[in-house]
Amino acid sequence: MGVFSEFSLSVRVFLRAYRWRRIDPVPWAPLEKPLAECRLALVSSAGFVSRDQQPFDESVRGGDVTFRRISNDVDVADLIDTHRSESFDHTGLSRDPNVAFPLDRVRELAESGRLGSLAPTHLSLMGSITAPGRLVRDTAPEAANALLHDSVDVALLVPV
Amino acid sequence: MCNQAVGLVAAELERKGISTVAIQLLREVAQRVQPPRALFVPFPHGYPLDAPGEPGRQHAVLEAALCLLEARAATPPVLVDFEPVGDG
Repeated sequence: MGVFSEFSLSVRVFLRAYRWRRIDPVPWAPLEKPLAECRLALVSSAGFVSRDQQPFDESVRGGDVTFRRISNDVDVADLIDTHRSESFDHTGLSRDPNVAFPLDRVRELAESGRLGSLAPTHLSLMGSITAPGRLVRDTAPEAANALLHDSVDVALLVPV
Repeated sequence: MCNQAVGLVAAELERKGISTVAIQLLREVAQRVQPPRALFVPFPHGYPLDAPGEPGRQHAVLEAALCLLEARAATPPVLVDFEPVGDG
């Protein structure tokens, strides 16, 4: 189960004391057409990079808030897990990146007609961001603009 | 932290008119952060789409997420529990 008790004592103490960023008011963009006509992008915080990209930087205080654009054409087996957290089991991600970056699965949904199409690029972040100020101020608007540029209608966000 | 990060990005996407659904692995964090549309999955960290090498189980999670996007009568924030079928 995804519960605090999964973590070490020190991590649990940190999480209990942490001041989570509350989204208020909660924005809402209702779906305006059938999914079969929508273009979908993946946004994963599992820290994956393509073989030609820089890994995420675990030395950045408060967390690395950059993102990588992952081509829709990439071979999922070529995605590299560069997430810095030792608080979860990386075995599944290494065996099958679709567990947190389900590119093969959404390709199948587009082929079956459940989805209209996929974005030419998807987004990858590394979610160990304890100080999310720059994420909210800079990264999220840049991510939104990148997806809008690609005419994305819907996004599936996947933490790890 | 991953749960919060995707929730905060989802909020900005919604502000810009992109409909989102965010998988969440920690119910307590989802309740505090309030991503606009969230599917809580009962899987360990590292396994948001359930099991590696199991396309059917991964599709079950994805379909539940897509159904949240299609629930037109919903009001934000939406937090729904994913219920695995079979031995999930």
